[in-house]
Amino acid sequence: MRQKMRALMLVAPLLIFVVVTFIVPILSMLFRSVENDIVPNTIPGTVIALSQWDGSTGEPPQENVYRNLYIDLFKAEEAKQHTRLGTRLNYEQTGLSSLFRTTGRSLDDIGELWQDPLEDIDPNFEEGSFWFEMMSGTGGEDFLETRRELIATMSDEDMTGDVGFVPSMKIIEMLPWTARAYTDFALWAAIRDGDTVAEEDPWESVYGALGMDLTNPDTVSAINSYSGAGASALQAAAANLDQLPQFGFREAFTEEDKDWGSAKVWATIKLYSPSMTPGYFLNSVDMTLTPDGIEMKPDNQQIYTTLFTRTLIMALIITASCILLGYPVAWLLANLPMRTASILMILVLLPFWTSLLVRTSAWKVLLQQQGVINEILVWLGFVNDADRLILMNNATGTVIAMTHILLPFMILPLYSVMKTIPPSYQRAAKSLGATNWTAFWRVYFPQSVPGIGAGSILVFILAIGYYITPEIVGGTDGVFISNRIAYHISSSLNWGLAAALGSILLVVVLGLYWCYDKIVGIDNVKLGG
Amino acid sequence: MADGASNEAFVEFERVQKSYDGESLVVKDLNLTMPKGEFLTMLGPSGSGKTTCLMMLAGFETATHGDIRLGGVSINDIPPHKRGIGMVFQNYALFPHMTIAENLAFPLEVRKLGKAEQEEKVKRALDMVEMGSFGGRRPAQLSGGQQQRVALARALVFEPELVLMDEPLGALDKQLREKMQFEITHLAHQLGITTVYVTHDQTEALTMSDRVAVFDDGRIQQLAPPDKLYEAPENSFVAQFIGENNTLEGVVKEIKGNTCVVQLDGGEVIDAVPVNVSEVGERTRVSIRPERVEYNRDRLHEDAHTLKAEVLEFIYMGDIFRTRLRVAGNDEFIIKTRNAPDQVRLTPGTEIEIGWLAEDCRALDAT
Repeated sequence: MRQKMRALMLVAPLLIFVVVTFIVPILSMLFRSVENDIVPNTIPGTVIALSQWDGSTGEPPQENVYRNLYIDLFKAEEAKQHTRLGTRLNYEQTGLSSLFRTTGRSLDDIGELWQDPLEDIDPNFEEGSFWFEMMSGTGGEDFLETRRELIATMSDEDMTGDVGFVPSMKIIEMLPWTARAYTDFALWAAIRDGDTVAEEDPWESVYGALGMDLTNPDTVSAINSYSGAGASALQAAAANLDQLPQFGFREAFTEEDKDWGSAKVWATIKLYSPSMTPGYFLNSVDMTLTPDGIEMKPDNQQIYTTLFTRTLIMALIITASCILLGYPVAWLLANLPMRTASILMILVLLPFWTSLLVRTSAWKVLLQQQGVINEILVWLGFVNDADRLILMNNATGTVIAMTHILLPFMILPLYSVMKTIPPSYQRAAKSLGATNWTAFWRVYFPQSVPGIGAGSILVFILAIGYYITPEIVGGTDGVFISNRIAYHISSSLNWGLAAALGSILLVVVLGLYWCYDKIVGIDNVKLGG
Repeated sequence: MADGASNEAFVEFERVQKSYDGESLVVKDLNLTMPKGEFLTMLGPSGSGKTTCLMMLAGFETATHGDIRLGGVSINDIPPHKRGIGMVFQNYALFPHMTIAENLAFPLEVRKLGKAEQEEKVKRALDMVEMGSFGGRRPAQLSGGQQQRVALARALVFEPELVLMDEPLGALDKQLREKMQFEITHLAHQLGITTVYVTHDQTEALTMSDRVAVFDDGRIQQLAPPDKLYEAPENSFVAQFIGENNTLEGVVKEIKGNTCVVQLDGGEVIDAVPVNVSEVGERTRVSIRPERVEYNRDRLHEDAHTLKAEVLEFIYMGDIFRTRLRVAGNDEFIIKTRNAPDQVRLTPGTEIEIGWLAEDCRALDAT
């Protein structure tokens, strides 16, 4: 037991390193490819309200959804989260990003539609201290905590701390929208901005929310029999309903951008409301999730299946050309006299000591139309000056450069296997009457197959995930799926899609590995000895 | 020589030389003639050129100079696969990716024999080495001795007239080796095939062969049947290399026909058979086999020559006694006596008289 613990301690640094830098990222990637928390986290109220809506009618949702959207979006805008949500939804339907961005800018204007008349009715509504007094009370602790949690999830910020405000239970019951909007404001002002709630003027959304409450006849009658703080101002507002806007939030949103009235937009939001989504994976195989079910994307938008097939085929071509070029070299290495072999070995290893980028750039110099290879071919007269070979920025370039770069990974395992095949086998074959070719093909080659297997696995798996070389010499026809993954990670920032593509790649590689094990047997793979 | 062996030359080396680097010769002027059906062993220390000779015969090395003939035809320019020579390699060289049956069928397959004929021959060859039930196994699943038998069967399955064996028993333990030695010779004689066997183990060479070629320094030092080799070595290298041997150094005093007189460095004068000494005054090394020395007065032949000796060490070895003596200034003089009921056990420190027949005492070169 003690011995085992000690042994474990010895491997612990590596184990921890592997777990932290390898296993955790892979798991995180797998998770990210289906994760969709951002929609339910950013607009939680809207998502719940939207679940009642039947998108198949072609009608936009009810007023209730827009009210929730306003409350959700207003605090999201304060936390600058609404653009992220827009970006996320834009993956599924173009135009949603700008819709959220522009709407975010006009949320204050929408609130002011109610704020201005309310302040005209009773100037008390201008005062932050008046609002604080009216909203404060007892019994709203649970309500405060619920809102605190929602806002923390939405903004991904630490929202713990004293707010200096507890909503009144009476107000929560009487003015539910206003209580939500004001509590959100109080939390944000106290904790994120570090202000005293009583001294701050409330958000425009609070006025909007009061407007929402005042449309409810039950609320109006409750206000009229209400006698707590701010009762007179509320009763004045209730008495002058005709001064408030005579339209709802659906109209207000649609006025800002007519897309808010589109059932299609809402269908997309509803479709991506759950916190897990198959959307990224469907995207990765050129499909899309529509309200009518899973559909293929239009032909002109299908790229990923093409890229996956291309990656697989080109990785196979590269592996095959590595075998063709590497086998004779490995054979020479294993059979030449020691001195010559070690010089050859240095030549094989030399590329390893050169930066990958330098090697690839060197291929750029060689392969371009005005490059070394074309110049020589033209000079020798094999190729017309007018139609020089296009060796770069296409699949040919990628295959040439990657074969060269991955060649050592084929040669080294082949060499180490060939080194263990005693020359007496071929001699025995010849003494038994086999020609040189038969001796090689029937006796030597079968014994070198484990080396080919090991080299092929190495080269194929490296090739399938390669990215720098295709990026530099591949143009558009020669890029791999990894280039697309890199693009989504660093440029489009669609990490979910990148994760889904990566997961598919991982599964494909594991699947091929499994097939290889079934056909050749992984025990037959030798890297040496 | 085996029964039925003709005297017509089957394998011939004529003035064969081999050099790997173009400067030093590994094989120097090799001449050898083997009749059909003979079992010939090439014996020698490592680096003596015996394996090179075998490889030249097999076709894996080319002779730098000279002619190698098989059945009267020069095979210098014939590639190994057309020579039709069976070969057993040091580590058997059974193809690991094929079953035993496939290994045996390989030479038949490349000769394009029919499937049925292949099967029949493979079966016969496996039965011959008592491995009939192992056809479906892989070489790695067999023991060393079994692999050895399979290698032998594979070298014989296509019925070659000449079989070469390159230290085939080197990897086996002593008991198995002795058993296989017997089986190989038995099989070779039974099938009447000509065999060239390479080894550095002199016991193996003596027990198996019709004739033994002792190699040293790229030359055949002596080519003779085992008994001749042991009892009548032609030079001091062969005398030293084959079996145990006592040497006494001295100068030739007189040569008359079949005997010569040698004065040892200690002053004693003895009679010996002159082997490769030709003139009086030449330095010589006199060789006597330990078991030909007698100290029991009753058994001593009346013509035997006697010398004084001091017993230094007595070793009991079971079947024999081995006694180390000081004779004529040589501290390493060994005698071997059979452990018989009436045999005397010598005690160290005593002075005795030893003797031998002059014909057992051979005056050889001093180098």
